[in-house]
Amino acid sequence: MKKSQLFFLSFLTIVLMALPFLGSEYSVDWMTKTLIYGIFALSLELLVGTTGLVCFGQAAFFGIGAYAVVKISADLITPDAIYLLPISMILAGVFALFVGALSLRTKGVYFIMVTLAFAQMAYYVIHDTPIGGGTDGIYLYNKPSLFGWSISSSVEFYLFTLGCLLFVFILLGLITHSRFGRALTGIRINELRMRAIGYQTYNYKLMAFVISGMIAGLAGYLFAVKDGFVNPELLSWHLSGAVLIMIILGGLGHLRGAFIGAFAFALLEEFFRSEAIFGSFAKYWHLGLGLSIIFCVAFLPRGLFGIPSIWQSKLMGTKNASVEDQE
Amino acid sequence: MTQDQAKYLMRGVKLTKRWGGLVAVNEVDIDLALGQIHAVIGTNGAGKSTLINLLSGELPLSSGTVELLGSDVTEKSQPMRAHLGLGKSYQRNTIFPELTVLENCRLSAQSRIQKPWHFWQDGQRCKVSHQRAIQTLEKTGLSTVIHRQAGLLSHGQKRQLEVAMCLATEPKVLLLDEPLAGMGADETDRMLNFLISLRADHAIMLVEHDMDAVFKVADVITVMVNGSVITKGSPDEVRNNPEVQSAYLGESE
Repeated sequence: MKKSQLFFLSFLTIVLMALPFLGSEYSVDWMTKTLIYGIFALSLELLVGTTGLVCFGQAAFFGIGAYAVVKISADLITPDAIYLLPISMILAGVFALFVGALSLRTKGVYFIMVTLAFAQMAYYVIHDTPIGGGTDGIYLYNKPSLFGWSISSSVEFYLFTLGCLLFVFILLGLITHSRFGRALTGIRINELRMRAIGYQTYNYKLMAFVISGMIAGLAGYLFAVKDGFVNPELLSWHLSGAVLIMIILGGLGHLRGAFIGAFAFALLEEFFRSEAIFGSFAKYWHLGLGLSIIFCVAFLPRGLFGIPSIWQSKLMGTKNASVEDQE
Repeated sequence: MTQDQAKYLMRGVKLTKRWGGLVAVNEVDIDLALGQIHAVIGTNGAGKSTLINLLSGELPLSSGTVELLGSDVTEKSQPMRAHLGLGKSYQRNTIFPELTVLENCRLSAQSRIQKPWHFWQDGQRCKVSHQRAIQTLEKTGLSTVIHRQAGLLSHGQKRQLEVAMCLATEPKVLLLDEPLAGMGADETDRMLNFLISLRADHAIMLVEHDMDAVFKVADVITVMVNGSVITKGSPDEVRNNPEVQSAYLGESE
């Protein structure tokens, strides 16, 4: 397990490091966006895949991280990521603490709805009040540097994003294997039992919620700096839904699955939007994307991450028995 | 065993639980003493499981008080009571089927050394919880299957694991809700001997339907009917009580 993770990580690093030197300006920009979605998906994976909390308002934390950097750096002469990045993450985390403290008192489908409601609340605050600059959004005129070193070229920013992704990947890898993460797994499988053996499960879930919100805020920060522009759509439920689809597509329960899912989602979107392949039908790219996702969910119950084990069982002629309590 | 001198580890005084107009548990007094197996019997719907849930803190009381190891825990949540030394096993299996037997027990043991901030340490390499889990599994006779996925165990083994997880938290008081449910004769005997071996260091409350088993191991028996206690005493006293015979054991003894 540990070895395969290490292999995946080093393979990924090498390929992704090499990429900007091979690809065009457009592909670097596309890859940066995809890596940011990867970070965003990883943040949700901690909640859904590890803890079993289906949060349908993840875009709110993403959007708050994005708006924070734009709003704060507007008043600064030389904005620097060294404090803007932590501030964006902390603001997203504070909102996550507020949303989590209230929504974690509910369970199941109610939890999904309450997180959605809070996210919509944040959306309308940004959309309809002067704080957010309305539907048109706000431009980020003064891009933050890092220790005074300006990360202005797209390749530099790509590498910075890649560094953030690896940091998040390793951090979440450690967290999910720590005592804290093992307890979160226990909560996902059977919260009742976790309480009976002496875990204050509410505090555990709240902590996971805040960590997840902060990482989503990090992704939002990167997104705002990359585009140099934010608009209320960053907080919309469409994005909350899209990131949920990414982790389901990749396969729940694995950090790698979340990353693979984000990548696959971006690829599918690109594929169905391509006029070279679909001609005028490319206008309806949502349809193709939706159908292919339904196809994946129907035929790959464990996501793209589960494909190797399906092949393995086909080749070896053994069927992987699904393990369930037979009571 | 002289009951007066026995040390009570857990007491429930006038425990009452109402669900709207229905009184599920009505002013029940119960004392669990060190070195005793205290069985609670009664027909279906007599309120035995509700009583356990009131003691464990899973359900809030309508009225009454709960004492654990000499302190009032009426207002304390279930995890807090668990920390003070209360263990509970469930009637239905509530193990973690996707995890290994070892990890099931280790997570239980870990609840005593949670250290959630040490995110850089691998939880499964936590020595204290690992060792305690191994010891508990040896005691419960599951040491041959520690690496098996818990969901793949036989029914009897799952029941054993259920109790082992409870023991891995090193509780002083054990609340066991039908630990023998669905077990074969051999497995029942083994489990009963195991309970007897635990008696010396624990206060045990046993809710059970298997009357032969109850009369074999219990030191004290409380009989409940419709949420109230109708009698309490030694197995012989209970067996010869005419009220119990008509209400529960049947007329022909």
